[in-house]
Amino acid sequence: MEFFERFAIPHPSAPIYASMVAIGLTVIAIVAGLTYFKKWGYLWREWLTTVDHKRIGIMYLISALLMLFRGGVDAIMMRSQTAIPENTLLDAQHYNEVFTTHGIVMIIFMAMPFIYALMNFVVPLQIGARDVAFPRLNALSFWLFFMGAMLFNISFVIGGSPDAGWTAYFPLAGNEFSTSVGTNYYALALQIAGLGTLMSGINFIVTILKMRAPGITLMKMPMFTWSALTANVIVVFAFPVLTVALIMMTMDRLFGTHFFATTNGGMDMLWANLFWVWGHPEVYILILPAFGVYSEVISTFARRNLYGYKSMVASMVGISFLSFLVWTHHFFTMGQGALTNSIFSVTTMAIAIPTGIKIFNWLFTMWKGKIEFTVPMLYAVGFIPIFTIGGVTGVMLAMASADYQYHNTMFLVAHFHYTIIPGVVFAMIAGLTYWWPKMFGFMLNERIGKWAFWFIAISFNVTFFPMFFTGLDGQARRMYTYSEATGFGPLNMLSFIGALGLAVGFALIAYNVYYSTRYASRNISADPWDARTLEWATQSPVPAYNFAITPQANSSEAFWDAKKKGHELFKGEVQKIHMPSNSGVPFIMSCIFFIWGFSFVFSLWIPAILATIGIFICMAQRSFERDPGYYISVKEIKETESKLRGA
Amino acid sequence: MKIDHSLPLEYGTDQNQLNILGFWIFLGAEIMLFGTLFASYFTLVDRTGSGPSGAEIFEITPVLIETIVLLTSSFVIGLGVHAMRIGRTKAMITFYAITLLLGLTFLGVEIYEFMHYVHIGAGLQVSAFTAILLTTLGTHGAHVTFGLVWGFFIILQVRKHGITPETANKSFIFSLYWHFLDVVWIFIFSFVYLKGMM
Amino acid sequence: MKWNWAILSSIFTIITVLTGCNNKLMVLDPKGPQAQTQADVIMISIWTMSIIVAAVFILLVIMLVKYRASKQPADYEPPHIEGSKLVESICIGIPVIIVIFLSVITIQSNEQVETTPKGYEGQKPLVVYASSSDWKWHFSYPEENIETVNYLYIPTDRPLEFKLYSYGPITSFWIPQLGGQKYAMSDMVNTLHLAADVPGEYMGRNANFSGKGFAENTFDVKAMPQDEFEKWVEEVKATAKPLTQEKFDELLDPGHLGRLTYTGTHLDFSPAPEGENGEHHMMPSHTEHSAMAE
Repeated sequence: MEFFERFAIPHPSAPIYASMVAIGLTVIAIVAGLTYFKKWGYLWREWLTTVDHKRIGIMYLISALLMLFRGGVDAIMMRSQTAIPENTLLDAQHYNEVFTTHGIVMIIFMAMPFIYALMNFVVPLQIGARDVAFPRLNALSFWLFFMGAMLFNISFVIGGSPDAGWTAYFPLAGNEFSTSVGTNYYALALQIAGLGTLMSGINFIVTILKMRAPGITLMKMPMFTWSALTANVIVVFAFPVLTVALIMMTMDRLFGTHFFATTNGGMDMLWANLFWVWGHPEVYILILPAFGVYSEVISTFARRNLYGYKSMVASMVGISFLSFLVWTHHFFTMGQGALTNSIFSVTTMAIAIPTGIKIFNWLFTMWKGKIEFTVPMLYAVGFIPIFTIGGVTGVMLAMASADYQYHNTMFLVAHFHYTIIPGVVFAMIAGLTYWWPKMFGFMLNERIGKWAFWFIAISFNVTFFPMFFTGLDGQARRMYTYSEATGFGPLNMLSFIGALGLAVGFALIAYNVYYSTRYASRNISADPWDARTLEWATQSPVPAYNFAITPQANSSEAFWDAKKKGHELFKGEVQKIHMPSNSGVPFIMSCIFFIWGFSFVFSLWIPAILATIGIFICMAQRSFERDPGYYISVKEIKETESKLRGA
Repeated sequence: MKIDHSLPLEYGTDQNQLNILGFWIFLGAEIMLFGTLFASYFTLVDRTGSGPSGAEIFEITPVLIETIVLLTSSFVIGLGVHAMRIGRTKAMITFYAITLLLGLTFLGVEIYEFMHYVHIGAGLQVSAFTAILLTTLGTHGAHVTFGLVWGFFIILQVRKHGITPETANKSFIFSLYWHFLDVVWIFIFSFVYLKGMM
Repeated sequence: MKWNWAILSSIFTIITVLTGCNNKLMVLDPKGPQAQTQADVIMISIWTMSIIVAAVFILLVIMLVKYRASKQPADYEPPHIEGSKLVESICIGIPVIIVIFLSVITIQSNEQVETTPKGYEGQKPLVVYASSSDWKWHFSYPEENIETVNYLYIPTDRPLEFKLYSYGPITSFWIPQLGGQKYAMSDMVNTLHLAADVPGEYMGRNANFSGKGFAENTFDVKAMPQDEFEKWVEEVKATAKPLTQEKFDELLDPGHLGRLTYTGTHLDFSPAPEGENGEHHMMPSHTEHSAMAE
């Protein structure tokens, strides 16, 4: 019995027990459903063992949407708790757990898989490649991310959630002040997911650098591919920093070292520095692909080529470089002195310049265009003004002297939601809607989509705009309650109402998926948006081999040129195509990683050692395995092509 | 798989080229990893709490042995890659085996060194300095250990299949990894040990 | 898309209605020179940034109104336009000028908020050691040799030097109307320079999340003329009990306390983490900076 006590929730409540039951029932329902419909084999063959970048993309997408739901529920709980003064819906401990998990889930387990969903699906198609450079590694990346996410999420019902904030500053996150295993979950789940992300980073850089179809020089790559390249370069350089920081955190918590614990020479500020050396580039990892999506969407629906291609590229490279030089602005108030603060103020404000160029280039892309307000375009057009507000408040926060007043307040919370939600969430919904027909062979309903957009755009402003004011009025962030005398009540109520509106908007998107799956016409062309880049040149849904004949490009919008200027995309004959074979090892290895992480969380050393051995066996298997792949014959390709074209 | 004979075997196929580029990028990530460890080391080096400082615990002899052994192993694996390029399977396997033996020696001395530190009261939990010292060294040591197993697997494969584009590619990538560990060690030697002893 | 304007202005209206009846926003209602500097910087940046926001909004509305598909003939084919050096230079140039302008202001004001406030240079500052513990604030007045918990009395028109440190998680010492915050940490002492111009009662709090009791981790600030302050000190000395080590250890236990007053300070038996070690901790950002360049 004593052994099992460690898995109990330290601070239980009725909703948590209810969720335990709900999670249990869902798992049983899924298992029963799969068994009843005899889908285990299908699931294993087509999904769990797949190495196809398109299917991996779709799995990323499903995970991201699930996590969006989880993070969204957290958000609603926070806004409900703070809607009125001295509310007792959640107590301090629950509120702390909720905002901590909201932050981590949204950044690491929602936004990251969302961008990797789009990158996985789109990048190989945009550059006319068969797959990514290392398809097996790609599957491993996904499953590591997925198992990291699952590990993090079970903390809620087994052992307790982390409660030290998503930044997990020491000494608060140390054993002395965070006694539950929650922060262990944080360290291990992020570590596992982070390993997956690092591998993805390497994979995509190699893919983009080496696997472009003939004619696609670096400066003729579509902008989304460029954004993926720069984001993945940041991944490769930023994530190792997180790896090291998390190792140190794990050692402090499990093995009694003194890296960050403030006794025997440990240094809490080192954690803050390392965290943000990773953390700041991380937000640009999220936002650059979003910029790429907007570039594609705006150019497509303004019916014009992207304005200022070269400066767009230059600004992204500039942003990715600068993103490593600004981390100190997350803690101007730590006492570095005026000189250091001034240096980082200036580097931070400098980021506004390349970002500004991009905004103006998008505006000029619409100039002399023929703008159609489709759902993706609405998100893009809504993004520009909202993100501008987020951006200029970012410049305001960059001024260290003034930041002394904004730091740790709702003003900051408003600012980063004003950048991340239009910057990432809008972009991901836009990209999802835009590439949906390519993924699934039918379109999402435009009418419901527009309703969802207006709900989200308006509610977003209702939710977050008031926070600029409560922040300036002295409301610190992460406060689970406040007294009526503070006067924060009405504006927080307004935020709560906005949050409900946002929930309605996202529910409409979910309904749209359901509705369109049931009713939308499957009889659409491969290019329903009249788009410009190569991914639209192949069939919808995309066959396993992507392109029957490797396309030849002449510009960054080769497909447009093929449609309008008679450029010949597909030269030559269909040849047999080499494909990588499926493998269950990435999935199995990631499951072992899950056990490994879980064992570490609870300091169960025997399973931890066994899991470590298991991981090495999987790696050995990979080393000794000969994987020749397989060929798709010319006949099969021709049959697939004519079937898709006929449909 | 098409093999391009104008290039060395390890670069001969498209996949091989991807693998090598991918590995170089991985090494870039590894530089960041060790860079972070070094940065943390320099931050924490004087924060010895109630524990000893570097000057008090470092001993030159084992460190010199480790350095010489590892540098030599890096040279030997270079010979191994050369043997591979001129198609001498046996010589290649011999050089790789010597490399691994030297690596094993390095590891043995390092384990001795660690035990010595713990013995004289500079264990992992003593202070921020000992924690970062042992973590930095340990991360390098773990890389070497991993390399020993990996290298052993590669020797087995070369023995079984001979020098093919696939095994050549793996062996070459392994040599990059091994040289990289050597470079990291040079930094450790100079900035941890020498600087600490001065 | 004109809606956006409508939405934003309606939000503004709602907010003005909601807050209008109350006082001004705390940060923009400064009662001391540092908070004044910060409020000025904030207002300058808001006005400067409004130019950018206005430019983007106007351009966006023009583009959307003028070039929407419904306004174009059906056979209109948008032209292919590469970038224009001139236009792009303007798009870079104006932000560069704005960033330079704001940088100058930032650098000047960074210096100001890190030193004794302007106009107060000649005076001897009142030094207060402000330390946090879960979830309280301890204020030690070494010269006056008294200590309070969770409330802070200060003289007006005299520079204040707060020495900040923590007996636990990182906290942030913040009195919005007197000036912006700074961290209190357990292994170094930070100095925050403030001053109060106007007598009155102000809100002070820990702004940095520090666990369960964070929301209530506040303190009351009362600024009063120097003679009144001195009178209060005398009164404390005459009436309050001395602070012993046992008593102080008891105070450090996690929890919430009301206002407490003592003679003597804890600095004698539990000194602040100042000195060489304190200096040392200023280094990390520099070291890493050079490490990044490697």
